[in-house]
Amino acid sequence: MIGDTLTPQTAYAVEAHGLVKTFGDFRAVNGIDIAVPTGTIYGVLGPNGAGKTTLLRTLLGIVDPDEGHRTLLGDPQPLRQSRLVGYLPEERGLYPSMKAYDAIAFMGALRGLPLKIGRARARAMLEAHGLGASADKPIRQLSKGMAQTVQLFGTIVHEPRLIVLDEPFSGLDAINQGKLEALIREQARAGVTVLFSTHVIAHAERLCERIAIVAGGRIRFEGSVAKARDRLRPQVTLRTRSSDGPWRRALPGETLAQDGAWHFALPDGGIEPLLRALLDADAGIESLSIERPGLHDAFVAIAGEAVARQMEEDRAREDAA
Amino acid sequence: MKDMMRSAMVVARRDFSAVIFTRTFLFFLLGPLLPILIGMAFGGLSEKISNDSLRPAMGLSMPPAQAARMLDAREAIARRIGADHISALKAAPWPADPQQLLARSDAGYAAVVSGSVDRLVLTGQRADIARLEGDVRLIASAAEMRATLPEVRVERNPVALSASGQAQARLTTGRAAQILMFLLTMLLAGMVLSNMVEEKNNKVIEILAAAVPIDAVFLGKLVAMLSMSFIGIFFWAVCALAGMGLLAGPGFALPTPAVGWPVFLLLALLYFAMAYCLLGSLFLGIGAQAATVREVQTLNMPVTMGQMVVFFFATYAVDHMGSAPEIAAAVFPLSSPFAMIARAAQDAALWPHVLALAWQALWVALIIRMGVWLFRRHVLHSGTKRPLFRRRSPPAS
Repeated sequence: MIGDTLTPQTAYAVEAHGLVKTFGDFRAVNGIDIAVPTGTIYGVLGPNGAGKTTLLRTLLGIVDPDEGHRTLLGDPQPLRQSRLVGYLPEERGLYPSMKAYDAIAFMGALRGLPLKIGRARARAMLEAHGLGASADKPIRQLSKGMAQTVQLFGTIVHEPRLIVLDEPFSGLDAINQGKLEALIREQARAGVTVLFSTHVIAHAERLCERIAIVAGGRIRFEGSVAKARDRLRPQVTLRTRSSDGPWRRALPGETLAQDGAWHFALPDGGIEPLLRALLDADAGIESLSIERPGLHDAFVAIAGEAVARQMEEDRAREDAA
Repeated sequence: MKDMMRSAMVVARRDFSAVIFTRTFLFFLLGPLLPILIGMAFGGLSEKISNDSLRPAMGLSMPPAQAARMLDAREAIARRIGADHISALKAAPWPADPQQLLARSDAGYAAVVSGSVDRLVLTGQRADIARLEGDVRLIASAAEMRATLPEVRVERNPVALSASGQAQARLTTGRAAQILMFLLTMLLAGMVLSNMVEEKNNKVIEILAAAVPIDAVFLGKLVAMLSMSFIGIFFWAVCALAGMGLLAGPGFALPTPAVGWPVFLLLALLYFAMAYCLLGSLFLGIGAQAATVREVQTLNMPVTMGQMVVFFFATYAVDHMGSAPEIAAAVFPLSSPFAMIARAAQDAALWPHVLALAWQALWVALIIRMGVWLFRRHVLHSGTKRPLFRRRSPPAS
């Protein structure tokens, strides 16, 4: 891997404290603390306009923060580590007249990879992904999906130690989304730290070991996906044949009766006392399910219903586009 | 610094090949030859016109004997000082009213000489009379002298060098170099103005800004455009030399500059590069603020006017070697290359050039830094609290 000898591995690939970035009167990033452990897949989750892109750009050194400080691979000047970093911006950009393999090699060369090696790797990557025939075509002749794949290869051609992807699934069809997920996992298996932003909860849930939920320029939650889900108690759904009886006194206070079923959060004492009461009173248990909440539920609980609704709308808009 | 140069070269190589390996570059090379060819054709034509048609001719309305004396006298003077240096005389009807002769559109007289040799009357517009009166008096004086006009012989004593002639010749070389450098800079440096618009429009700027310092992007673009310009200049120079060889013949030679031709040509190359980089970095910085091609086009005119002002300043200074304006033109970074190439033609000292080149290089770096600072602040919306120049922090442990 390029530059391995330059910078020793640090516990955190990315670390920031008290980051603030203001555009005019608007605080896009408002006092963010973040630490991305080395070798993990880390997701920054939030709706459009939450400050995800500005956060990533600040972490990468494209823009400087107004307040706070950050380190990238242990370096307070992120651009000094650019050889070890791959970045796929949200707004994809390639020179339209460049040939596909040359565009990949150029992106590698910007990050210190010799052109000759970059070109050879570019051809091999394109061949391996069934795009060998397009290697010599100018970018302007490629489909949008192919161009995005070329840019993704350009992001990793120099074998970086940290990959930062801003909304990488945006604009990809389901098949290409699956391919990208596989590629991210493959990179993570090789020990690469992957930091990506998304407004699609499902991607974060499937891929990430840790997430940061961002809304209004602040981090509302930071930790593992399991920890996020653990913020909500498991949800119990109970159906009984009898609708009333002394067993109802055993139901928790916030129980909701809806669609012929009882809904409540799993009590601190567990389900056993309720089960005992149901059996003793012969309530007739038709069904009983205890479900661990998904990341979406956790997100709603953490970021709020309005933010979650905005993310759903963002996603619907993108699907329609 | 090494990393920055490496990054700049990556950007330069991309830009250079993106321009060179296109059909439009062929037009770029051939484009300037067309006006030169047209200029040469029209130049020859206008010379013919000025020789044949624009020389003032006066009508001579006198009794035939007097008119013959005047015409003979004019011929005698023309033989001695050259026909181009004495106004022409054409026999006109006599007797006639001079004013009526002037009114005739088919005759084309600038003025009419009438009366007699010893009592001349010159009729014409006030400005023409003022212009032609001296010639008429000279011709009439010679006519009065008739055969007694003495012809004194001059012994020719040619020398290879005269201080005044050499200074004049070197001034000519200096001016020619200045004009050529200015034309090339104006033609070529203006192209840099729109350079960053491509990256901003196709969003590549985000890739570049995340990978390399913006200084390297600016420097790389300048190097690419300068290299492309050198290719153009080499091509045009070969064409020009071939053309001069054909038109001027083997004996054609420009006056030798004070520092000698090899050093002068090297300095011309270096000063062109500096002039290009100084103006180019300024244009790059200005153009980088523009969001669209339309904005760049709007910026073009004031930028060209600015170039003209700089050039006029340097041109004024060339005639006044060692004067305060000449020193000011040599010190002011944007006019410095133009002033210094003129100095190289007139003064053999080399140390001022070493100093000037270092000074100009420093300003190239400063202007690039300023452009980058503005770009980061206004385009990337970065660095609100970052100083223009900052001390490098120690490398990470």
